[in-house]
Parts: sequence; C-alpha cells; structure tokens
Amino acid sequence: MNTLIYTSALGLLCMLAEMANLRKLILPIAVAGLCVIFGLNITDWGKNTTYYHNMVLTDNFSVAFSGLLLMLGVFITLLAGNFYKNEESKISDYLAIIIFTLCGALALVSFGNMAMFFLGIEVLSISLYILAGSKKKDVRSNEAGMKYFLMGSFASGILLFGIALIYGETGSFDLGVISNYASATHPTVLFYAGAGMILISMLFKVSAAPFHFWAPDVYEGSPTLTTAMMATIAKIAAFAAFYRLFSHAFISVFPPYAWVFSAVTALTITVGNFTALNQDSFKRMLAFSGISHAGYLMLGIISLYGKTDNAIFFYSFAYGISSMAAFAIAIVVAMNLGSEKIEAFNGLGKRKPFLAAALTIAMLSMAGIPPLAGFFGKYYIFSEAIRNGHLWLTVLAVINSIVSVYYYLKVVLAMYTKESPETAFTLKPAYSFVIGFCILLLFLAGIFPGLLTGLL
Amino acid sequence: MLLLLTLFLPLVFALLTYLSGNRFAKYIALLGGLVVFTCCSFLKLALVHNNLAPLVFVHDWISNPHISFALNIDGLSLTLVALTAFLVPLIIFTTFRKEIENAKAFYSLVLLMEFGLLGVFMASDGFLFYIFWELALIPIYFIALLWGENKDAAFRHRAIFKFFVYTLAGSLFMLLAFIYVYQAAGSFAIADLYNLNLTDKEQSVLFWAFFLAFAIKIPVFPFHTWQPDTYKESPSAGTMLLAGIMLKMGLYALLRWLLPVVPHGVMLWTPVVMVLAVIGVIYGSIIAIKQDDLKKLLAYSSFAHVGLITAGIFTLTHEGFQGAVVQMFAHGFNVVGLFFAAEIIFQRTGTHSIAQLGGIRTVAPKFATCFMIVVLASVALPTTNAFIGEFLLLYGLYEYNTWLSVIAGLTIILGAVYMLRMYQNVMLGETNSLTANFEDLNWKELAVFVLLIIGIFEIGIVPSQFLSMVQPSLDLILNYSLR
Repeated sequence: MNTLIYTSALGLLCMLAEMANLRKLILPIAVAGLCVIFGLNITDWGKNTTYYHNMVLTDNFSVAFSGLLLMLGVFITLLAGNFYKNEESKISDYLAIIIFTLCGALALVSFGNMAMFFLGIEVLSISLYILAGSKKKDVRSNEAGMKYFLMGSFASGILLFGIALIYGETGSFDLGVISNYASATHPTVLFYAGAGMILISMLFKVSAAPFHFWAPDVYEGSPTLTTAMMATIAKIAAFAAFYRLFSHAFISVFPPYAWVFSAVTALTITVGNFTALNQDSFKRMLAFSGISHAGYLMLGIISLYGKTDNAIFFYSFAYGISSMAAFAIAIVVAMNLGSEKIEAFNGLGKRKPFLAAALTIAMLSMAGIPPLAGFFGKYYIFSEAIRNGHLWLTVLAVINSIVSVYYYLKVVLAMYTKESPETAFTLKPAYSFVIGFCILLLFLAGIFPGLLTGLL
Repeated sequence: MLLLLTLFLPLVFALLTYLSGNRFAKYIALLGGLVVFTCCSFLKLALVHNNLAPLVFVHDWISNPHISFALNIDGLSLTLVALTAFLVPLIIFTTFRKEIENAKAFYSLVLLMEFGLLGVFMASDGFLFYIFWELALIPIYFIALLWGENKDAAFRHRAIFKFFVYTLAGSLFMLLAFIYVYQAAGSFAIADLYNLNLTDKEQSVLFWAFFLAFAIKIPVFPFHTWQPDTYKESPSAGTMLLAGIMLKMGLYALLRWLLPVVPHGVMLWTPVVMVLAVIGVIYGSIIAIKQDDLKKLLAYSSFAHVGLITAGIFTLTHEGFQGAVVQMFAHGFNVVGLFFAAEIIFQRTGTHSIAQLGGIRTVAPKFATCFMIVVLASVALPTTNAFIGEFLLLYGLYEYNTWLSVIAGLTIILGAVYMLRMYQNVMLGETNSLTANFEDLNWKELAVFVLLIIGIFEIGIVPSQFLSMVQPSLDLILNYSLR
C-alpha cells in the first residue's frame, strides 16, 4: 500500500517540479525516489496486511512483484534521461507519465478488489496510450497510439462488462467474497460468462494469441523506450494480476475453462515463435518473441492449482531483465545508426564488443541457455507444468524453444559475422550502467537461482 | 577441495587469458591448461590413495527445487577428465604456430570449453550435469563460427548453426526427461536416480528423451548429419575439441546417465540401437572411402569409430564397457593426431584435397613417420591403443550377437582400406608443385606428435593398469544396468 502511495506522490512531484522550474534536477530526484521506494517496499516483506476493506493487499506476492516492477522502473527512468534529450522541456511530463504507468502496475500486483484491479489496468493503459503516441510528428507513433487505444479500450469495455456480471451474481467486488461465493454455491451461467469476459480481456492485455494482433504494430511504432515498458512492466504486471485474479477469485471456474487455457497457451507459444522467425526489424522480432514468452508464462498460469506464483515470478524476472537489456541496446543502436532493423547490428561485435557481448547474453538468456536466468526460468516453468500434468504442452513448449534459437541467434550472427562501415558510436554511461547491471542480474539469478526461488 | 580446484581453474584462467590481452593470451592459456593437468594428476593420486573409492564433493546449491552442487570422481570420470586435461593444453599448443585474430577471446573460449567439459565429466547431480552439458556448447559454437578458415562464410554459418540447433534440440528433450525423473525421485542426485523404479512404459519413453540428446552429440546414425560439415568448417583446434573430447560427452553420458537410470528402457530398445550403431559403423566407413576432403574423411572415420563404441556400450558386458572406455580414451589421442596432421598439411599446401597431394614423405620424413604411427593406431594395429579398445569392443559384441560382431568387424578392414589409401595418396608417390617444398616438422609440432605417440603406445602395451582403475565404476554401472 505504502509503495503505491509513495510512487503516486513521486509522480505528482515530477509534475510539480515542472512548475518550480526544476527540470535539471527532476531525473536524479525520480531515480533516487524510486530507489528509496524500492527499499521501503522491501520492508513490507512478510507483513500480510490489508488496507481499506481489502481494497489493497500487501503480501509477499505483491512485495516481490512490486520490487521487480520498481527495479524495471528505475532502469526505464535512467534510460529516459537520454532518450528524451531532444525534448528536454517536456522531460518532467514524460517522467511523470512513466511513474504513473508504474503506479498502475503496482496497483495491479496488489489489488484485493475488482475496483482496484480495474483502476490499475486503466492507469497503466492510459499512461501507455499517451506514451505510445508521444512522438507527435511520427506517423507510426500516431498509428501505434491510436491502435493501442482503440484495442485497449475495447478490451477494457469487455473487462468492465465481465466485472459487472460478476457483481450482479455475487453482489461484491471483493476477491475473497467472490471466491467464497463460487466455492459455496453453484454459480449460474452469469458468473461463468463474467469470468470468461475477464479472461478474454486479460489475454488481450498480456498479448496472448489469438488476441495478440495489436502487439507487433504497437511495439514497432511506439518510441522504443515505451515499447520496453510495454514489454516488461506492463506485461509482467498483467501476468501478476492474471495469476492473482484466477488464484484468488476464480479458482473454482478454472476447470470448465481448462481447455481454453491449454489451447491459448499452445497457440500463443507457437504463433509468437513462428512469426518471429521472419522478422527483419529487431523491435518486431522482440514483440513476437514477447508473445511466445507470454505463452511460456501461460504455462505457469494453467498450472496455478499447484501454486506456481514463484515460477511465474522467476520467469518474469528473467524475461523482464533480459528484455530490458535488449531494448536498451536497441535504443543505443537506433540512436547511433537511425535504424531498428537487424542489419543495423551488423559488425557490432567489432565496434562495441561490450554491447555485442551483452546482447548475446540477453539473447541466450531468452533462448534459455544455462547458466543464465532465462534457462532456470524455463526450467522452473516447465517443471511446474509437468508436475501439474501438462506434459504435452511442455513438449510443445520445448519444441518451440528450439525454434526460438533461430531468431535469437540471427542477431548474434549479424553482430559477429557481418561487416559494416565504421561510424562514430556513442554510448552514454547511464546506458552502460543499465545494460551492465541487467547482465549481472542475469548471471546472478542464473547461477544462484535459490535467491529467488524460495521467496513465495 | 581438489575437485573444485580442478573444475574452476579453467574458468579462472579463461578470465585471466581474456584480461591478459592478445599478445600473451596463448601463454596464459597454455599455462592454465598445464596447471589443470597437474591438478588432474593429483586427482589420480588422491583416487588411488582412496583405494579407488569415489572422491565426492557435495554442497547445497538451490533449496527449492532441490539441487546440489555435487561432484564425483571415480575411475570413469577420471579417465575423461584426464583426457580433457591432457588434450586441451596440447590443442592450445598446436595453435602456437599461427597468428590468431582476437586471440584473447579465442583462448578464453577454449578454456571455457574445458570448464564445461570437466563439469560434464564430474557432475553427479542431473541438473548440474545438464548445465555443464549446455555450457560446453556455447564456446565451441563461437569458436567454430568465428575462427573457421574456409572461404565460404555463408556455408560455414549454416553448418555451424545446424550443429547448434541439432545439439540444443537433443538436450532440451534431455531436460524434459530430467524434469520427469526429478518429479519421480524428488531429487537430481545420481544415487537417487539409479534407485528409481519407473514403469516399463515410462522408461521406454524416457529412454528416447535421453538417448536423443546423447545420440546427436556422439553422433549415432541417423543423427550425424551435422557432423561432417561442422568438422570441416571449424578451425582445426575446434575440430580437435569436437572430435577429441566433445563427442565423448555423449558416450560418457550413455554410461553414466542412461543405462543405470532407465535399465528396462535400455533392454527394450537395445536391438534398435545396436542396428543403428552398426549401420553407422559400416555407412561411415564406406562414405569415408569415397571422400576426397581430408577433414571430411577423418570426420566419417570418427563417426564409424564412435558407432562401434556405442554398440560396445549397449552390449552390457564387461568387455564391451572396458572396450568402450579404452577406445574413448584412445580415439581422443588418435583423432587429435590425425586432425593435427591434416592441419599441418593444410597450413603448408593450402588444401585438404587428397587428390592434389602426394609425395610428402620424400621431403618430410619426420612428418611421414609420425603420421604413419597415428594412422596405424587408428586402424587398430596391435600394440597401439585402439587395438585394445576395438578388440574388447568386438569381443563384447561377439558375446551379444555373433553376426553383428562379424558385420561390425568389417570396420577394421574398411578402416584399413580408407586410412591406408589416404596415407598412400597423400604421402607416397611423386611430389607435385604443391608438395615439393613441404617443410618438415619443427620442434613444436614434433613435440605434439611425440606426446601423442607416447600415449598411444602406453595404453597399447600396458592397458591393465588403466583398466583396473575404471573397473569399479564400470562394475557399479553394469550392476544397475542389469537390475
């Protein structure tokens, strides 16, 4: 709860700083503020309390995910300084929106009530709509913002309809009440319909197939930093909410929808992977690979009977950190060469060995090669899925992992084996720091996964 | 402690090598290789001192899921650790003659590879084994990809990529199998996996999940299609690492992680594997006869040899096991010698094509002698190491099935045909414009050959000491495999 309040306050502070003409200071303040909130968040560990009549629950689940999201938020803020250097006069607006996005995400991992849940989704989404369309003169950014907004509000509508149906049946927004109702009585068809609608909107938010069509265009058109936020913060928060919602409130409606979950999982992994094979834009490739990662996370969701929150957390961590590194490198390359194609990475191994090595490690982690965090994440998810009897889905996921190596290595090949003309190449310290820190975390979590596996 | 030291020293030296810069990288790398070899000698002393009872190191690593950092050295592990620790410095030394671009990266990758290989041979926890198994793949992928010498870069990228995807595909199924047995046993510790009681149906499926990974690495027919091109396209040091050590990972894994874990699955599928292995032996030999490219010929001959080792392992007999271990060790020496000879020829003539060569013996007698000894060893002439190995393998195969041993025995004849013919065409006859100025071996190259030849004869003449050391671990594996 406190985390959420402080973060909102920090967002407001950013907006006020604009009026007080503190533009220069605002970035350090935001970074320091988020770091402090990260620390305060950790002190909530083990507290298990509820606030405002179960509106917000603070438990280890929310603290762990909040920590991850705040860390990603710090990275994004660090990158933002340089990313928006041409629009310095608006930096406080951008930072404020970024921090509000984070607020939405934090609400999504700690809600105990449907109203809070919807509020989280909306705060997250609306901030992202703005950021996606924030390059006013770029047609593709406009298109991305528009597309994201239309599709997103459509999904929100469905979500709201679902919540209304659930309320009509149970008379409450409270997750605990809903759960008790569903297990004590035999819910009518309204309840199932409501749960189904919520499911559909969640699948939309996490960009699971067949509700993934918006993702590649939006990812490609948005400013890369915003894409990084969608791929990491928004996706992870949505998955955490997905898990919380279905494990807290809808666990009893799970069986009738089991086949839907299985089909969606299989489809998401496969569609994401096979479409990623033929992309020549790096961002688009990451978008499709992100869809397939959503599929692997879905493997955790369909096994939620067996309490898979820790596996989902670990996978989110590995995926979020490696994506963050990949996007940061993509921003650096795009800033220097003006291109987001995979060809732009040609010869990076010779020009900037550090960046090339870092991107290689990030890609190998996403592909699931030990001893990186991505490997253990995959192992953990697979092993939870097998434990809960989803052997065939896991086999399919494994086959897809093999396919994914192809496109991850395509970038690596471009960096090390292709030649490119020499151009000046600048790398800001903030970027080096974020990239280096992410790589360190990938190794740390890969070699000592015990640090994170015993958490939840 | 000694185990940890042996395992992690290559990693430490890989870092040092990278930090030492391009000029000194090779010396640091060689030093690292030699230090590890020294450690390995101490390991042997320690093992003998321990009356051949395994040396163990266990430390809790991850509490949930339960995974421990467990290392184990017994006779079998030590054999392969020793092979690795001996060959790696030797392979590093073979590269001393030429300038290597970005040497610090190259040599640290070689040492990183050694780290992975040692880990595979030492690990006694399934998860740890898997991590090292994958870890060994990454360095060799980059070595082969970036330092390959052939002109056609696009072809090389395809070949190496195929290799990577193939082996990774296999290992992911192994990962599934490990997850499955973990659910059944509640642990990855090798002792728990050996004592598992799975149903026959489970074992028969698990068998393939494991076997696929190992068969691709070895490679067993028909999973070998990555091998010839990869061997041909890699730089010679990479080829030596691949053929000399890396394929032993697969053979070792058969013994350690397949037979005792799913014995009933093995029982069920042995006939199929036998037939595949023997097909590989004959097929590899016949294709080798028709090869003109020296490296490809050696690749196919290596493929035929490992087919025979696989067949020997699946006989589930004392002799088959012993033969397999001896031959794994021997093959490491011989194949490195052969690829080194091919490398020397390529360095001086610029070709691997057998038809373009000839008459080298008249201008380079020292090279001719060394090459001859290595060739004879690889065709299993008595008193050489491979003779002991192949004899035991064929004996084991004879106990399993007479006809199979007769067919597989053809490999000795076919092997003699292609190896000697290759030798004849390359070394004997008239010199031509390419070979007329062939320089004889310098002392560095001679030193490599001498070390290899000492190894060849030592195993060939006094194998008993070697065999007595691996016997206890083989007995244990055989007991569990026949349960």
